[in-house]
Order: sequence, then structure tokens, then C-alpha cells
Amino acid sequence: MRTRLILLFVGTMVVFTLSASSLAQETKYSEDQRLGMESHIGNVTGHAAAAHTNYRRYCLGCHGELGDAEGENAQWLDPKPRNFTLAQFKCRSTPTGTLPTDQDLFDTIGRGLLNSNMPAWFPLPNQERADMVAYVKHFSGKWQTQKPGEPIVIPPEPAVTDERVQAGHALFQRLECWKCHGPEGRGNGPSADTLTDDLNRPIKPFNFHDTIRFKCGSTDQDLYRIFMTGLDGTPMPSFADNVKPDEAWDLVFYLRSLQPMPSKEKEIAKKLGLKPVDTSGAPAPQPENK
Amino acid sequence: MASFRRSVAAGFLLVFCLFGSLKDASAIPAFARKYGLRCSACHVAWPVLNDFGWRFKDNGYQLMNDRDAPIWQNPGYWPITLRITPNWHRENVNKVAVDTGPPDPVTGLFPQGEVSLTSHGFDNSGLDILTAGTLEKNISFLLVPSADETGAFHFESVWVRLDNLFKSPWLNFKFGKFELDNLLSEKRTLALSGNGGPYQLYHYVPVGDSNFFGQIGDNQLGMEWMGHSFNDRTRVSAALFSSSDGSPDLANANTYSGFVSGSQAFDLGGLGLQRVGAYAMVGEAPTFSLTSEGVPVPGSSLGNRAFHREGFFGDFYISKLDVGIYYQHGSDDVHFGTATPANQPLPVGARAPAWNGVFVEPHFTVTPQLVIFQRSEWVRMSRQALSTNASDLGNIDAYTFGYRWYPIMTSRAGFAFHNEYSWVRVRGLAPITATDLTSNSLFFGFDFDF
Repeated sequence: MRTRLILLFVGTMVVFTLSASSLAQETKYSEDQRLGMESHIGNVTGHAAAAHTNYRRYCLGCHGELGDAEGENAQWLDPKPRNFTLAQFKCRSTPTGTLPTDQDLFDTIGRGLLNSNMPAWFPLPNQERADMVAYVKHFSGKWQTQKPGEPIVIPPEPAVTDERVQAGHALFQRLECWKCHGPEGRGNGPSADTLTDDLNRPIKPFNFHDTIRFKCGSTDQDLYRIFMTGLDGTPMPSFADNVKPDEAWDLVFYLRSLQPMPSKEKEIAKKLGLKPVDTSGAPAPQPENK
Repeated sequence: MASFRRSVAAGFLLVFCLFGSLKDASAIPAFARKYGLRCSACHVAWPVLNDFGWRFKDNGYQLMNDRDAPIWQNPGYWPITLRITPNWHRENVNKVAVDTGPPDPVTGLFPQGEVSLTSHGFDNSGLDILTAGTLEKNISFLLVPSADETGAFHFESVWVRLDNLFKSPWLNFKFGKFELDNLLSEKRTLALSGNGGPYQLYHYVPVGDSNFFGQIGDNQLGMEWMGHSFNDRTRVSAALFSSSDGSPDLANANTYSGFVSGSQAFDLGGLGLQRVGAYAMVGEAPTFSLTSEGVPVPGSSLGNRAFHREGFFGDFYISKLDVGIYYQHGSDDVHFGTATPANQPLPVGARAPAWNGVFVEPHFTVTPQLVIFQRSEWVRMSRQALSTNASDLGNIDAYTFGYRWYPIMTSRAGFAFHNEYSWVRVRGLAPITATDLTSNSLFFGFDFDF
């Protein structure tokens, strides 16, 4: 009797295993030569082919089986998930218009993206995240024809001074950051409601008063990098051609003064009595000598 | 007396096999709907958690991003999950005591013999209603009204948790009725049948023992501190709870038990995370109470005696294979072991019963939508409470095989075809002949979770 039961069990198992392999939501993506894509994170080498299962497990619901941001959840999400086939990424250390480094993608996967449904995947082992970087890259042929850009050079962070915070305030006005981010950095500038991304979808500017983090990191260096490389695919441009490297630190310090956490920059801004920037069209005040 | 105890135990086993409700597992599509993630993001195969899912749970059902507060609800979000499993199952117990003729005209007793009893048919599991989530950022909750297959409800879990106090992941406090911090969670086991589903070691009671309060697998009423490293590689917890096995209304009042657990995960490169840990449960419970006209007076628990269980566990990953391993050493006070109230004399030569046990549970995840599982479990008595007992009385061997196929895998609901076969043998528990009692179960079911 027991033998019959075991045979029944095994038979059923075989039938349903075959069914599973034919009917389950198998990816239709052809495993072409791009599955040989690699990533290099420090001394860890990621392999796209090794990430196939994990991509289905963690990513496919939003980014879609073809990496085209057409997963079943995409319709519910705001902002929309990244379309990997375009190979265009917001968080980069490389100049605008260039591909990010493997490390940039690795960091983004681990850190998640603020104000989005993309969680921080750092609990995954480094090897699995490196494999995932390679898998993300395999969706676009750009990675075979182009090389990632050279990461921008970030000069050493200077000391925070009254002058620098005030200069950053002036820069915020001169660069017209306020048109999108608002005169107080609350994301409510006069252009805010008209902004769209490259795919013509509405997009909101960042509200500095909301959080201590940014879309692409949380450190001063991360903030510096954001406006010197831009967020590709969004209206946020790179200011690398408009701002000198040292000036960029002034803007970092002023933006830090807008954020909700206690900081030296905030104390200085309070002491200086900095007001919201002038949006009347008057020329921005010239920065003083530092 | 021994025969009577065996009959009762065998009866329990039969009822357990026939009517044992399925696990009140915590696989909660409401979370998937809230965050827009597939079940597989947090589960090896639901309801078993993966490392990402453990961190989510340890953070109080939060991803620790800006969308944890309940104000973040997308259109598909409904913070309630229902789980039930319509099924067909076949149960067999090899030795059941039955009447073999009319009662003796002198004694009035029925002559009895043992027969093998097989039952099968269509059935349904109990129903779990799981509502869980955050009340505010860093305040989480779980409420699980649970019904058995007849529709009788009880509260399986009710707790609120203060998460990340002072912004530290090491300070989390839970209060209410909750599952102990078992890494290899019985509430999340893949096995569903009444026969092969529960972990024997999480509920082990030696033959003739009256301590039903030291069951690691049951949810307990109490409070828990839990801490973990930022990446959840290190986890520690300590719980203090009433020795009532989760029963309400101050059952076994004035007695408490404690449970501590700690584990550490190691990143072994291509092999992934490997976790090892240890645990201990120490407690005391009453052996009798005051009576009024022969009826126990509630809340008058007396004659407390001690019990303890301790051991180690591990969860190891090798590509698509993961293996959970669990070891336990347990012992009850001699009064429990002989079911003797503390104000009564012990049987001559009575000793505190002790046992050792281990289970090994491999899962092979063919794809996130197909998982094959197996469990082997062995419990061995190392010291019987009564020297007249056979040394192997109550030893258990249990084996379970099965697979789950998830034909759909979305962030909205869960659905699985479940097939399982299990076989359990308990030494010396046959109700009349005191020979081995075996049971086996074949289970087909559609497990759905919305």
C-alpha cells in the first residue's frame, strides 16, 4: 500500500513539475550572447547569467521580464520603474549623457531610491548584487558599444563658513534652482507643475525640507555629485559647465541648511537670517570673498 | 495506567492527523500590495522568509524607506490577508483501539483490539485572517484572528511593536501574543499536513509527561526585546511570557518563562548567506491548583516546577538548495515527567525525563515558482521518567516530502498547488499492544493567500 502511495506521489510530482516548467511565468527573453555580460565591483566579478533567477525573484514585478519597465506593478508606481533597455540612469558618478560605472549601479541597487518604490537591496550578498548589475547591463546593447564615463573628480570638502553658506544662497538664486525647487527649496517653484521626464511623464522636483536623504545618496559628496552630473532622464541638468568645483561646495552647504536635521549649515543660515531667494527677477547678489 | 496514557496519546495523534488545522502562516500579500513587490522578494517560497524578508520583518514590517508609513497606499493596497487551503487528504494510523465485541456482562468493559484506520476525502483547512502593517513609521502590528476548519475562532497573534527606538535597530519591543523568535519558523513552514506539518521538536512532550507549556512552536503571551544589526546579519532576542502556552485569561497565572535566541549570518561569496545560531527556553509552570468542590480555582496555580529546552540551529544555502538544521536538548522536572502534582509523592525511582532531537529540512528552489522540500526529524529519549518505561518509549521518526508550485507570482496575491506525503512513527505508543504507532498522510491542496 505504501509503495502505491509513494508511486502516486511521485507520479503527481512529475506531472506537475512538467506543467510548472511549461506553464509558469518563464521569461520570454531570449538568453542571447549578452547574458555573458560581466560587472566588476572591487574584486567581485558579477555574471549576468547568474542573476536570472534573482531578477525574477526581486525585480521582474516592476522592471518587467524584458527590462523595459513594463512589469505588472509598473502601472501603479509613481515614479515609474527604470527602463533598462534605454541604459539611462539617474544616479551616476559620470558626466551627464554617459553610462554609469558598475559601482554606481551596485550602489544604487544597495541604497534604493528615495521617493520611489525601489527598496534598498543591501541585505543581499555582494556577489548577488554584482550579478544583478551585470544583468541590468545585459538589457541594453549600449554596454557593448560604449564605455562608462569617467567619474567626476570631487575636490576635498572645505570647512563650512558663513561666507560659503551665503554664497550658496546666491548661487541657488543665480542658477535659478528656485524655478523648480521653489524659493525655499520646498519643491514648489513656478515650473514645478509643468515638469516632465524624458518620456513625457510628470515629475516632481525635490523638496529639501522633507528628508535628510537624497535620491542618490545622503552624504555631502552625494549631493555634490547630483548637481554636477545631473539626473539623466529628468529635467535636473548637470551644472558642471556652470559652476566651478569649489563653488559647488557652497551650494552643497546652502542646500544642507534647508534640510530638517540640525546642522552647522542650518545654524549659520539662521544666524545670517537668510531669507527665501528673490524670485522677482533681480540679479543675484554676488558672492563675497571667502 | 500506561495503556490508558497510550490510548489518549494515540487518540490525540489520530485527531491531529484528521483534523489538525494547517499552519497559520504569515505570508501577507497585503505587504506585497503595499510595496509593489512580488512574494518572492521576501520569501524563498512563501511562507518561508529569505534574508531580505527577515530584515523586513525585523524592522517591523518596514523596508526602512520613505514609504513605510501607512499613508503610502497604492490603489491595490488592502491591509488584510486571507489564507485557506481547500484540499484532499488521506490519513492512515496503523493501530487504533476499537471494540471487537459486546461488553463483558460482568465488568461492562468492551473487549478491544487494534486496527489500521484509513480516512480520506475532500476537506478545507482553517482560515487565517492576517492584518498587519504599520500604525505609523516605526510602530507595527499584527492581528491574526484564526479559525479552525469548523469555523471556531481564536486569536492566534495579537501584538504591537515599537521599532527602532532612538533610531537604533537594536531596540525593538513587542508586546502581546506572538511567535517566539524561531529562525526556522513553524508558522512559515512549507509542510501543511496535520501529520507532517508541525515540527515534532517544537511540541515534544514525553509519554506520560504533563508539561504542555514548554512548546516552542506555539505563540506565547508576553513581551519581547529584539535587536539586529543594520544589515540584519546579527540578530538577538529575548522574550518573557506567561507559562500558559498562549492561553488567555491568566491560565497558569503567576508563572513565567523566558526564551532567548541569537544568530549570525556570514556572507560566503557565491554561496550566499549562511546563518548559525543558538536558543534556550527556560521556564516554570504549576503542577496543581486549589480546588473548590473539586473544581480547580482559576488563577490559583501552585507547585511550580521547571523545564528547559536549548540547542542550536543553522540555515545554509548552496545555490538553489537551502538546508535548515535544528538541534534540541530538553528536560522537564520529574513532577511533570510523571504527571505528579508537587504536593504528592513521586513514584519510586522517578527521574526528570530528558531527550535530544534534530531535524534537517532541505528546500530546493527550482525556480521562485517551484520548490521541492523534505524534512527528516528524529527525537530520542535519553532518560525516561519511570525506569519501567522502555528506553525508546516516545522516540519519534518523522519524514515529510513535498513540493509547492506557484503558477502565478505577482505582487497582489499568492496561489500554490501543494502536494505532500509524510510518515511519522512513535515508539511504543500503540494503545493496546504498546508497540510502535505509525501514521502517514497524503495531501493535495490549493493554498491561496489574498
